[in-house]
Amino acid sequence: MTPVSAPFGRRTLLAAAAAVGVFGRGATPAQAAQATVRWLHLEVNPAILKIWTDAAAEFQASHPDTEVKLQFLENEAFKAKLPTLLQSPDAPSMFYSWGGGVMRAQIETGMLRPFGDQMDKAWQARLNPAALDAFRYQDKIWGAPHQMALMNIFFNKKLMQKGGVDGSQIRNWDDLLAAVKALKAAGVTPIAIGGGDKWPIMHWWAYLVVRAGGRQALADAKAGKNGGFTGPAFIQAGQLLKQLTDLKPFQDGWLGHTFPQMLGVFGDQRAAMLLSFAGTPARQARAAADGKGVAIEDTGLISFPLVQGGKGLPTDTMGGINAWLLSRNAPPQTAEFLNLLTSVKYQKATAATGIYMPSVPEANSAITDPLLKLAAEELARSTYHQNYFDQDLGPDVGRQLNDKTTELAAGRITPEALAKNIQEAWDLSH
Amino acid sequence: MSVALGRRRAWTAAPVLLLFLPPALLLFTALVVVPIGEAGWYSFYDWSGYGVPTNFVGWRNFFLISRYPAFHTALINNLIIIAVSLCIQLPMALGLATLVASRIRGALVFRLIFFLPYILADVAAGLIWSFMFDGDYGITGAIARALGFPAPFVLADPNWALVAVLVVIVWKYFGFHMMLFIAGLQGIDAPLLDAAAIDGANRWQRFRRVILPLLRPTIRLSVFFSVIGSLQLFDLIMPLTKGGPADSTQTIVTFLYTFGITRMRVGFGSAVGVVLFLICVVFAFSYKRLTFRDDE
Repeated sequence: MTPVSAPFGRRTLLAAAAAVGVFGRGATPAQAAQATVRWLHLEVNPAILKIWTDAAAEFQASHPDTEVKLQFLENEAFKAKLPTLLQSPDAPSMFYSWGGGVMRAQIETGMLRPFGDQMDKAWQARLNPAALDAFRYQDKIWGAPHQMALMNIFFNKKLMQKGGVDGSQIRNWDDLLAAVKALKAAGVTPIAIGGGDKWPIMHWWAYLVVRAGGRQALADAKAGKNGGFTGPAFIQAGQLLKQLTDLKPFQDGWLGHTFPQMLGVFGDQRAAMLLSFAGTPARQARAAADGKGVAIEDTGLISFPLVQGGKGLPTDTMGGINAWLLSRNAPPQTAEFLNLLTSVKYQKATAATGIYMPSVPEANSAITDPLLKLAAEELARSTYHQNYFDQDLGPDVGRQLNDKTTELAAGRITPEALAKNIQEAWDLSH
Repeated sequence: MSVALGRRRAWTAAPVLLLFLPPALLLFTALVVVPIGEAGWYSFYDWSGYGVPTNFVGWRNFFLISRYPAFHTALINNLIIIAVSLCIQLPMALGLATLVASRIRGALVFRLIFFLPYILADVAAGLIWSFMFDGDYGITGAIARALGFPAPFVLADPNWALVAVLVVIVWKYFGFHMMLFIAGLQGIDAPLLDAAAIDGANRWQRFRRVILPLLRPTIRLSVFFSVIGSLQLFDLIMPLTKGGPADSTQTIVTFLYTFGITRMRVGFGSAVGVVLFLICVVFAFSYKRLTFRDDE
């Protein structure tokens, strides 16, 4: 402590107290707030953050007794810290979720609160039913879905032309393999991938499972039917992925690249295709060295190719659904705020950014990005929407899946060994 | 010291002990002893980190650890890192220290330059080197292309990633050990060396017969820091490779993080922590017994 003479010390203390009082009252009217909605998120895109702070400001204006506080954590840090945070007095009131196994673990240990009556009929009716279903568990609704994603293959029309391939004509897996061969022959890297983050590879395998086994494949595997994760659809997916990776279709150094680097490779026009989320055209532009990336008119989009003899329908889709979950001690205002945040107004604003697909179908009309529009239409037609495998299976088996599919792509394990390994990981945690 | 004097000392020390011991003891208990005990307790449960651990699984977590190929890689990698620290980094630090310890012109500048990597934050150093090793934009790629080879992606190659990591480790930490040795060298009496020179000892003999024996305490300390530092290596690996590709650069701590924390298996992660703790304790005590015994 700094030694100060008593009178001086007291005087400065008083002055400081007065200053705090004055500023406290003058600068933030929310200081008198009775409730604080702590909002833990992972968003880094300024366009989205702008929409959120606008929503928070609107809510605070109509609820002078409530303060909405945005708190950011980086993706990996978020996953690592959330269990501790949720059990502390500083638990966030609402936080980001991918649903699936992690959410179920949170529910089963009493960390969350269902929406109950606070989510009225009107609110439920405006949300996409598949999105709402993803957050229904034990007959209760635990999340307010705010965005949806769909995995598609995007391609660079100019690079495809160089290899003499018409991207829009790729319908099945053999078409894709043929395209890869043609591109390689023309000296074009066929596919950008982020092997360092692993999940970008896992999605190729997972979509193959969905195409080969249809909507029953994963449900059966979880229930231990048809040989579980060593069933025919899973083995076939591994074999087909191996056919692709045997052609060495990825950019140099792919095993060390992260997802942002993968977007950069595509954006810098160094690879012709990538499997990624709707909203990728907007994101690859920011990841590109020139800040522009592949022009939207040069970007094409196709659904994931079908596989021979597969049980999946062409209209089956895969992608994530994200929602805001309520922690158990969240102030009641949190749900009211979420009602506003997932209103048509703010969902339209989100849709207009071209980054995320809204969870409110009515907001689709605000989508201007032509590729996002295509994706939104595909999602609207979807016969079955599969959540990301690594989220659906929970953090433990999910990460194991990411590891092992990457090893398969690197030629270090066989499709059979992959399937067996996942089954073991599943047995271990269930 | 006489017994009476000792007792009187203890009495006069009592108020001081009562005043100063509790805060330290409390902090040590709360921040060191309790977490270690808790980790030991969690390691016998299958626990996601939510709620209270209830699913007791006995020794299963430890059994599982022993079955993970990635853990075996991590153990071997830790041993390789220790070996490189001792066989390459330590002689290099000692050699450089003998060069820059003397008070000649410019020695201070070199000391600063060699010490700089150590000051840099681990994560920052890792990031910088990950850019340097990049095959597209990095310096290694540029050199390879200039020589007419295809650009290597060392951090993406399971056979080479560990070598790249080792280069960074040596680069990052040799400066610290060099400083230890400089301090040790400066503690050696100059007349001793002069006497040896007068007796006809050449440069090598003076180093081998006079300097090295007198540096023994410093070398012991340096080895100790090397081994414990190697066992705890984490911050440098994450920005470089995250333990990949294909787990080829895992260390025990990155294994703990990747397979315990990010997979929400706090029980399993705690078990890895307990294993690491035991390795450290066994090393620390046996090292102390082995090397400090002949000093007394």
